Amino acid sequence: MEASPSPSPSSMMTVTERDQWMVEREVGRIYLLFAELPPAAQSFSLEIQRDSHIEYLTNGLRRLPPSFVSLDASRPWLCYWIIHSLALLGEPLDAELEDNVIDFLSRCQDPSGGYGGGPGQLPHLATTYAVVNSLITLGGSRSLSSINRDKVYNFLRQMKQPSGGFRMHDGGEIDVRACYTAISVASNLNILDDELAENVGDFILSCQTYEGGIAGEPGSEAHGGYTFCGLATMILINEADRLDLSRLIDWVVFRQGVECGFQGRANKLVDGCYSFWQGGTCALLQKLLPFGVSEGQGEGDESTDSIDSSLSAASNLSEQENDLKSASPQVDETCQFKHGGPQSASCSVNLGNANDNFLERRSVVGSLFNDLTLQQYILLCSQLPEGGFRDKPGKSRDFYHTCYCLSGLAVCQYSRSKHANSPPLPWAVVGPYFNLLEPIHPLHNVELSKYQEANEFFAR
Amino acid sequence: MASSGEDRRAWVPLGSLPEFADVTPLPQDDGPSPVVAIAYRDEFRETMDYFRSLYSSRELSPRSLLITTLAISFNPANYTVWQFRRQVLEALDADLTDELDFTERVAKGNAKNYQLWHHRRWVAEKLGSDAAYRELEFTRKIFYLDAKNYHAWSHRQWVLQALGGWENELDYCVQLLEEDVLNNSAWNQRYFVVTKSPLLGGLKAVRDSEVDYAIEAINMNPQNESPWRYLRGLYNDENDAWLNDSRVPSACLRVLKAKRNFKFALSTLLDLLCLGFKPNQEIRDAITSLRTPDSGEVGSDSDLAKSICSILGHEDPMRANYWTWRSSKLPQAAEV
Repeated sequence: MEASPSPSPSSMMTVTERDQWMVEREVGRIYLLFAELPPAAQSFSLEIQRDSHIEYLTNGLRRLPPSFVSLDASRPWLCYWIIHSLALLGEPLDAELEDNVIDFLSRCQDPSGGYGGGPGQLPHLATTYAVVNSLITLGGSRSLSSINRDKVYNFLRQMKQPSGGFRMHDGGEIDVRACYTAISVASNLNILDDELAENVGDFILSCQTYEGGIAGEPGSEAHGGYTFCGLATMILINEADRLDLSRLIDWVVFRQGVECGFQGRANKLVDGCYSFWQGGTCALLQKLLPFGVSEGQGEGDESTDSIDSSLSAASNLSEQENDLKSASPQVDETCQFKHGGPQSASCSVNLGNANDNFLERRSVVGSLFNDLTLQQYILLCSQLPEGGFRDKPGKSRDFYHTCYCLSGLAVCQYSRSKHANSPPLPWAVVGPYFNLLEPIHPLHNVELSKYQEANEFFAR
Repeated sequence: MASSGEDRRAWVPLGSLPEFADVTPLPQDDGPSPVVAIAYRDEFRETMDYFRSLYSSRELSPRSLLITTLAISFNPANYTVWQFRRQVLEALDADLTDELDFTERVAKGNAKNYQLWHHRRWVAEKLGSDAAYRELEFTRKIFYLDAKNYHAWSHRQWVLQALGGWENELDYCVQLLEEDVLNNSAWNQRYFVVTKSPLLGGLKAVRDSEVDYAIEAINMNPQNESPWRYLRGLYNDENDAWLNDSRVPSACLRVLKAKRNFKFALSTLLDLLCLGFKPNQEIRDAITSLRTPDSGEVGSDSDLAKSICSILGHEDPMRANYWTWRSSKLPQAAEV
């Protein structure tokens, strides 16, 4: 068990220790207050403040204060963060606002293909991803048909590098984000082919570090955001088994710390956004996992999910968790991960099916990470009652953290569901059951039913 | 810089400047009912209207350079502006050392920005190996404020590989780790240096001393994950060598005997056992002494591995599910 923070910071502490000490103190204070509340008040403080979030999000979708100029080249991202958050909350946009979003995003479309950060800006892979995910989330033929798929394809081809990677934009940086956003877009729009996928696996593989996680570029440090992007890309091109998955799992589960949330890198501070990047990585790995699981799995294992006594709500759930363990399904042969290998990239039929095959895989190991305490971190430490979510106590809310805290929450809630859209058992949802969010497609982070609608639309 | 409050009060409308007199500002095509509509301040809107005008006509001129400087001061994340700036700099054959000063000023406002670092890389690449020293110094200054700045580390690695300057890099890692042994970025950089530096002869040549270095850090602070992962990384893809280095189980044993902060020591022993490591009696006893009542009897090595998972499930409850899963896949893996 990790040592609890000492009562005061010492002059002998390093910067890492001092920063960590301060965060643990803040988070500890919140959990202590929570533990002292009567049950009714505990239940209330674990509620998702739906109305406040919806108000915060909807206002932001309409207009933003001058300080947002720093995101003036990321306006499709603002759209995605907000629209996806609202979709997770099950809140539809009113028709006029939806029309306005479609109109605005089409103004970000470059005449030669792809989408920029605002009208007239260069097309960029990340904002193209944000636009495509936004339009899929809105759904409907007006929204989906506003995307010029042929031109998006041309843009993706222009960004493709001989090394296998992609450039973010003309003259832009080459990294794992670029691979993910390009491949995710191509997969969603049903334009992923051998030329786009060629050597992508080699590039991602060169970014898996000695720690087990994946870095942005070869040589850099293993990082939660890039790890999700790298793993999701490998799954989409059917090459996940080329990664050292055992080391990847070992790295990612160690990123969840005493605060119950995830950090992005070893010995860094907890941050609510990694609830999705790291939690989502765990959710993907759970679907890949049958590799190496023996027939006798689960036999005689005592699962004691005991956690800090201050986390009373979650410890109440540990007994029920044991029940699930004993009821957990045995290894299902149909779930065995299909070995793609490098040669599989030459088979575009495989690529087209990667999404669906992956979704149909059942998770057979329960949760690899602590999905219950992570929900506590998100609800008690990241959520603001006045609406929105934040990195950690002491920080202010923003749309990015709202999107990825909610996405992480959805990942947790469905983490043990056998199928991506089967409703979780009541105890898998921390707080009242009406906290339940809509399920997501874990590779693209779009609401599942909208993904399916788009998938059918673009299959035509 | 125009972004500071004082300069904003002194803002001179671009339209009143003679050098922009013949430029027709081009407004943003936001449509009749834009969403995520930012309430732009007048000076930002005007700057961007002039930028759009010069950008749309691809005018590669000194005043275009000026307008990109202004636009970047308002929003250093506008990649279109940076890209246009590079085209202008090339066309003007500008002195790129000024560009180093410029990016350093931008970094003072926000050192975590993709565009800034990408631009800096472009400039340094153009300047060539003469720029290596200044680049290393620049990142050193950034690390003085934030020793884990991801972009700055990527830049530094690129500089070393593209422009050189490896001579003092290992010493620099030592220095950073002396200041903060929990700085995982510095451990990552150390790994980068010992595997990539042309001066050290590659990982195998330095492995022996690096194992000692990592184990010393482990002895000082066994709950520091960084040296444990570093140690494992030194034997990446060489499981036989990893299994045969007796210093590793000895280091684990020392930690186990202290009976505290042994999570990573146990995890390392589990990794070794799964690869076929045969523990001596002392290690078996040390593990057995940590057992909880529900750990079961320890007979075979496979039982020992199971026992470790059980202890870890108890001592490391955050990862109880993970240790259960590890335990469930043991028999197959441990029968090496």
